[in-house]
Amino acid sequence: MSLVEIKGLTKKFGNFTALDDVNLSMNKGEIFGFIGPNGAGKTTTIRIMLGLLKATKGEVKIFGKDAWKDAVEIHKRVAYVPGEANLWPNLTGGEVIDLFLKMRGGGDRSKREELIKRFDLDPAKKCGTYSKGNRQKIALIAAFSSDADLYLLDEPTSGLDPLMVRVFQECVMEVKAAGKSVLLSSHILSEVEKLCDRIAIIRKGKIIETGTLSEMRHLTRNKLTIKTKEPVVSLDEIKGVHNIQEHDGELSFQVDTEEIDGVIRFLSQFGIVKLESAPPTLEDLFLRHYTRAEHADSQVGGR
Amino acid sequence: MYAHLFQQTGTLIKLILRQERLKIFIWLFSLVAVTLAAAAAYPTVYTDEQSRLAYALTMKNPAMIAMLGPGYAIEDYASFGPILSTDMLIFSVIAVAVMNILFVIRSTRADEEDGRLELIRSLPVGRLSYLSASIITAVITNLLLALMIGFGLYALNIEGIDLAGSLLYGFNLGSVGLLFAVLTTLFAQLAETSRGAMMLSFAALIAAYLIRAVGDVSNETLSFISPLGWAVRTDVFVGNQWWPVLLSSAAAVFLIAVSFYLNSIRDLDAGFIPARKGREHASPFLQTLFGFTLRLQSVNIAAWGICILLISAAFGAVMGDLERYFADMELLQAFFLAEDPDFSLADQFIALLMAIMSLFCAIPAAIAVLKLRGEENKNRTEHFYGRAVSRTGMLGVYVLVAVLVSVLMQLLVALGLWSAMIAVMEDPISFETIFSAALAYLPALWIVVSLAVLFLGAAPKAVGLVWFYVTYCFIVVYLGGVLDFPEWAKNLSVFEHIPQIPLEDLSFKPLLMLTLGASVVSLVGFLGYNRRDITG
Repeated sequence: MSLVEIKGLTKKFGNFTALDDVNLSMNKGEIFGFIGPNGAGKTTTIRIMLGLLKATKGEVKIFGKDAWKDAVEIHKRVAYVPGEANLWPNLTGGEVIDLFLKMRGGGDRSKREELIKRFDLDPAKKCGTYSKGNRQKIALIAAFSSDADLYLLDEPTSGLDPLMVRVFQECVMEVKAAGKSVLLSSHILSEVEKLCDRIAIIRKGKIIETGTLSEMRHLTRNKLTIKTKEPVVSLDEIKGVHNIQEHDGELSFQVDTEEIDGVIRFLSQFGIVKLESAPPTLEDLFLRHYTRAEHADSQVGGR
Repeated sequence: MYAHLFQQTGTLIKLILRQERLKIFIWLFSLVAVTLAAAAAYPTVYTDEQSRLAYALTMKNPAMIAMLGPGYAIEDYASFGPILSTDMLIFSVIAVAVMNILFVIRSTRADEEDGRLELIRSLPVGRLSYLSASIITAVITNLLLALMIGFGLYALNIEGIDLAGSLLYGFNLGSVGLLFAVLTTLFAQLAETSRGAMMLSFAALIAAYLIRAVGDVSNETLSFISPLGWAVRTDVFVGNQWWPVLLSSAAAVFLIAVSFYLNSIRDLDAGFIPARKGREHASPFLQTLFGFTLRLQSVNIAAWGICILLISAAFGAVMGDLERYFADMELLQAFFLAEDPDFSLADQFIALLMAIMSLFCAIPAAIAVLKLRGEENKNRTEHFYGRAVSRTGMLGVYVLVAVLVSVLMQLLVALGLWSAMIAVMEDPISFETIFSAALAYLPALWIVVSLAVLFLGAAPKAVGLVWFYVTYCFIVVYLGGVLDFPEWAKNLSVFEHIPQIPLEDLSFKPLLMLTLGASVVSLVGFLGYNRRDITG
């Protein structure tokens, strides 16, 4: 059974359609990456999952329960970290963490102390005096010291320094090892690439791609750089080859993943001296989706 | 040579005016409208010399002097100018001061706290530009107010309200308004948060009122410490003294210089009153939803409580003078209360005071609920609703706090009045009378609280309407007779439905009906709150 099941989710704010027929599912023990540009609908989706916003249409189930009606029941097993933690200026960090743990129905005391040390936070300072990164740490400590089954993290590392980002990533791996599930919404694609099992890309309120990174890569192109003994002729006529560039006697081009076998066979007749293959990074995928989508908006037909 | 400090002030004035223009318009419009409506009404209310004399006699007692200021010689009340000034001036001045405090807080500390000032200061803009833009906007607003009220009153063409007096009346409001605007800029430098600056400013306003009240009754020199003491000494429409206006303006100019100096030597986001370290762990009480909500509001509640207690005690303290005064004036009493000889003027005064103080107490009670909207606007409710907290539970706790605040405030009103009264009066009004008079208003306060719940739940963008309603109730209580409101318009104010103890007997029927009404309205609010989107 899926842990999270979103079917045909649509959300309108007045005339503006923030989410348009979104379908998503998350499995138990999975780290799910949720990426998309600013204003694409990531936060709106998460807020609907939390029952803060009411879906205009569609069904959102978490642990098999309705996200709107059974919000309180669901939240006993959920830990949430917002992208920007606004806290009460006259309470201390330590007080806020305790309060948050209590609101969820208890938490792990020793874990709290351990995380305060690992995130290097002074819990006796008033929230009004913390920097953005330090406020974010409070939300993270409160989330990871609670014993949740699902972690909803909305751009959780904004404002953190690289050392703290590493601590954060360790925490994510630890909860995964404990069999918990994580939804990670992020702009930092290298982070998503490193941590996530499956990824969804959202754009203008629509999910345009879902799958594992390797599945996504399969749909796209590898970048090849080659050097041959004899000059390669009529490479541009081979199926699945794009963007050929010559540089210092080396050829670099992109190959559709499903055509790679044919291309290599063709090239081998010229005597390969050097062959480098780079899988597309998530950034390549992301940018390709976006440029293609922009393209699709103007030219009907797309790929 | 200091020009670089003020670069682009003009552009910033436009920016601030652009953000504040609607609020400024509503405030100015309301202030001018209420003043003109009251002034226009006096000739229809006090039609003959005798009624004006009767009015003058009611004003000439220590309780009224404490509430409104020293007033005029009795023969001056023959014309309408002094009646307007006695009735309206002090409360108008307070309203103008509140407008200025709220405006200046928004355009100084609040902008700084929320990081907007940081963006502006990173542009080629002088270090003092934003502060001076804020002050100049306040000058413009108060000048507009002074001119609108001045010429507006004159245009009504009422006997005794001449151009010189009208302009002085307007400029009196404007100059005290500006003084409080500038005082607020000063507090905005001292405190580190906008909340702190706001509390200091309101504390200063309340202190100014109390010092004037005590000074006007007992010792005039004391009144000269308070800007409100200056404001009630213009002798407007009779002697037309301009020195209070000049004194307020001069004080404002001096304080502007101090603010500029403090602003220029402090760091962005810093204040002069430092923040302290706190606890590493939350106490078990803070960990409950109720304890947490109470903690968030504790400073606010305490501040309101202290000020309500002080004001009530101040009025209680003048009751002794009032009693002696009435003893000397048996003749007056006979003349005055011919229609209702069972009740002394002291009883009448208590009844009016209870209505006004209860309206005042409705403010912290409504704030206690509306705080939840503020939390939502600051994206802080998501921390709760993202955890195992239900909307009904959360709103319920806020409503509970509001109800407790309403009870506490009414008890403080009664306690303040009673404790001061037994100290100074020979024949004090009984404890039961005072307490039942105060507590009888609770259902009216609950209606105001339930309106706050209704708007919060069903129309969160319109929560400001609660204040419109409270203001309307205040106008009905204070000016309902003068403005000759039709019965249905008076009935719109729930405060009109409360038995006015000691003038009327305690009857439970209206109280039960109002409590029931408050429950139904709250229920609609709860239903709405459970259905709507939470924005943060």
